[in-house]
Amino acid sequence: MQMMRPGQTRALIIGAGIAGIQAALDIANSGYEAVLVDRLPSVGGHMAQLSETFPTLDCSQCILTPRTVEVGHHPHIRLYTYSELTGLQGQAGGYTATIRRRAAYVRWDLCTGCGLCQSRCPARVPAEFEGLLGERRAIYTLSPQAVPNKPVIDREHCRYFSTGRCRVCERLCPVGAIDYEQQDEVFEEPVGAVIVATGYQLLPLAALPEYGGGNVPDVIDGLQFERLLSASGPTAGVVRRPSDGRVPGRVVFIQCAGSRDPERGRPYCSKFCCMYTAKHALLYRHRVHDGQAIVFYIDIRAAGKGYEEFVQRAMDEERVLYLRGKVSKVFRQGDQVMVWGTDTLSGRNVEIAADLVVLAPAAVPDPSQAELARILGLTIGEDGFVEVRDAQLAPVDTLRPGVFVAGAAAGPKDIPETVAQASAAAARILSLFSRWERAAQVQVQADGGS
Amino acid sequence: MQNMEALPYFPGCTLKQRAAGLDRSARDVFSALGSPLAELPGWNCCGATFPLTVENLLDLTGPARILASARAEGTRLAVACAACYNVLRRTNHLLRTDADKREKVCLFIESEYDGDLEVVHLLELLHREIGYGHVRQALRRPLEGLRVAAYYGCLLLRPAVEVGFDDPEDPVLLDQLLAAAGAAPVSYPHRGECCGGYLAVRSEEAALEASKRVLTAVSAAGADVVVTSCPLCQYNLDRRQGIIARQEAGFRPVPVLYFTQLLGLALGADGEGYRLDEHYVDPRPLLRERGLADV
Repeated sequence: MQMMRPGQTRALIIGAGIAGIQAALDIANSGYEAVLVDRLPSVGGHMAQLSETFPTLDCSQCILTPRTVEVGHHPHIRLYTYSELTGLQGQAGGYTATIRRRAAYVRWDLCTGCGLCQSRCPARVPAEFEGLLGERRAIYTLSPQAVPNKPVIDREHCRYFSTGRCRVCERLCPVGAIDYEQQDEVFEEPVGAVIVATGYQLLPLAALPEYGGGNVPDVIDGLQFERLLSASGPTAGVVRRPSDGRVPGRVVFIQCAGSRDPERGRPYCSKFCCMYTAKHALLYRHRVHDGQAIVFYIDIRAAGKGYEEFVQRAMDEERVLYLRGKVSKVFRQGDQVMVWGTDTLSGRNVEIAADLVVLAPAAVPDPSQAELARILGLTIGEDGFVEVRDAQLAPVDTLRPGVFVAGAAAGPKDIPETVAQASAAAARILSLFSRWERAAQVQVQADGGS
Repeated sequence: MQNMEALPYFPGCTLKQRAAGLDRSARDVFSALGSPLAELPGWNCCGATFPLTVENLLDLTGPARILASARAEGTRLAVACAACYNVLRRTNHLLRTDADKREKVCLFIESEYDGDLEVVHLLELLHREIGYGHVRQALRRPLEGLRVAAYYGCLLLRPAVEVGFDDPEDPVLLDQLLAAAGAAPVSYPHRGECCGGYLAVRSEEAALEASKRVLTAVSAAGADVVVTSCPLCQYNLDRRQGIIARQEAGFRPVPVLYFTQLLGLALGADGEGYRLDEHYVDPRPLLRERGLADV
């Protein structure tokens, strides 16, 4: 007699960015269970950091928040943030996932999310969520919209953990949720199928020394610029450069910073940078009306509905100056950032004294992805992204049955494509779940009839 | 560090003439550090950078012959001149990776050579084998507080795949060596830009522009001295300061030294044969003032 295995129609989703959120909601809204795991304290991934999205200029937080909230409250979703997958045993329909939940040093079952603890924590730390352009405390949530809206203590920077004195948050907490003795928890979840939705990271600035990355303070990356544009960001939406807080009068945007570069092992196109750079230049012009925006590009890849029109709008209506050519060097001179480049249309070298330089660095796999692929038994391509079973006809299937991939974990993708893939991966899993259920029912009927 | 076997060393033509100060000081440095340089017997001109400008195998016979004869002496060849280093490294790379061309060139030079010699620049040897720690210990007159602008130029760094010396976008070896010798390297963005090279043959104006950029940046960074390993860079950056001084009021001349000259003095050499008097911008007042030379 064929019976359903425990957890057979439960999906494990690794990564709670927009891909993981979409897949989890699709599965949960079909009546099946989803286990959603993310390394960070709250969900939303990179999309939560964005100011506005191309080509519609929707406020990213505003369109994302309903979904993060739904994920946080869905009766069919088990949400494990601040957690990582450490093992996966078994096979399709009968996997056992091992998950490690890091100690938050806050009892989330008691915490009401009032935020009092954060207001008085004496340790100030550059906030990763703000691209290090803003500050957080040692006890923190990623943002005021965090789901779950429960803080974690960053042990490395906490006064109490480093000096043995402080305990301010403990004294302030009205419900006694602070627990300095909390330990990491390791537990198992039986699941039937898996979706890898670990997304991408931007190539670190320090890997781009020719563009002043990691050396010139007014050279930042695209995600940092998103935070400067964001009304909830460290500058409340005013574009201020990091070195002295001045509003930059001339901003140079450099596309393909580290991507399409075979010599450095990243020959691929990062796909979404042309569009977000056009958006950045346009939004900068909206914020700083007399500001000059200059974009260096190799060519413009605006293949998508309304995309080309959006780039044209940046050029025509916002007078963004597009220079076709590459930049050879960026360095600091006085309080300006000098940009040496070539304009291949006029055939001349140009030198631009900018106030701020925004790079569109290559999208690269998350550094932890190689280890995750080892745990999951997946193949990684030369570019570090997850290999799919068939790029043409099985774009969300991996080589391991029952394990799927969605979004930028398999290569750079923008939000619409990521969401489409997430729904596709969810659909692949839902079809497995209903097939397994039907097979079990048929078996039960057959057994009952004999 | 014990005495090591003498290293096969290729000085190159320029080091026998105009850049004799580089040759002499390089020998001083390596003797002082216990691994004397042994000049390759019967060497010939590497052809400067010209063999690499056109696709002509015959032009590669010069550098190929040097490589083959050095291989007969040992497994490595030390080079001081950045231009010779570039030519020898790149020819070696070609012979190593292109079997067809290797066969043809070997027929011309009537030697068997399969590209397995290692061409190393003196800076690489100091970094990898002798070690900056050893340099530090051997100092007699540390370059205390001397503000140096380490200048790499193009030939040491590019093309990176073939030359394989340091990070072409953010080179550090020369800075680290000078820091080990007690100097204070200044930060300036033009360390790997072209000095103008042979451009003067075509356009003195363009060459001057290139040198001027580097020198202006060096000057703005407040450097006391520019340090290089390339005779052509030394010549361009040194000589052109006269023209720049005539064009720009307030231009502050900066002496341009070979890294071995400075290091040799720091290791206690007396500067004999360094030809410091032949430099256009006289480095001697600075060196005297810093107690590095009595010349």
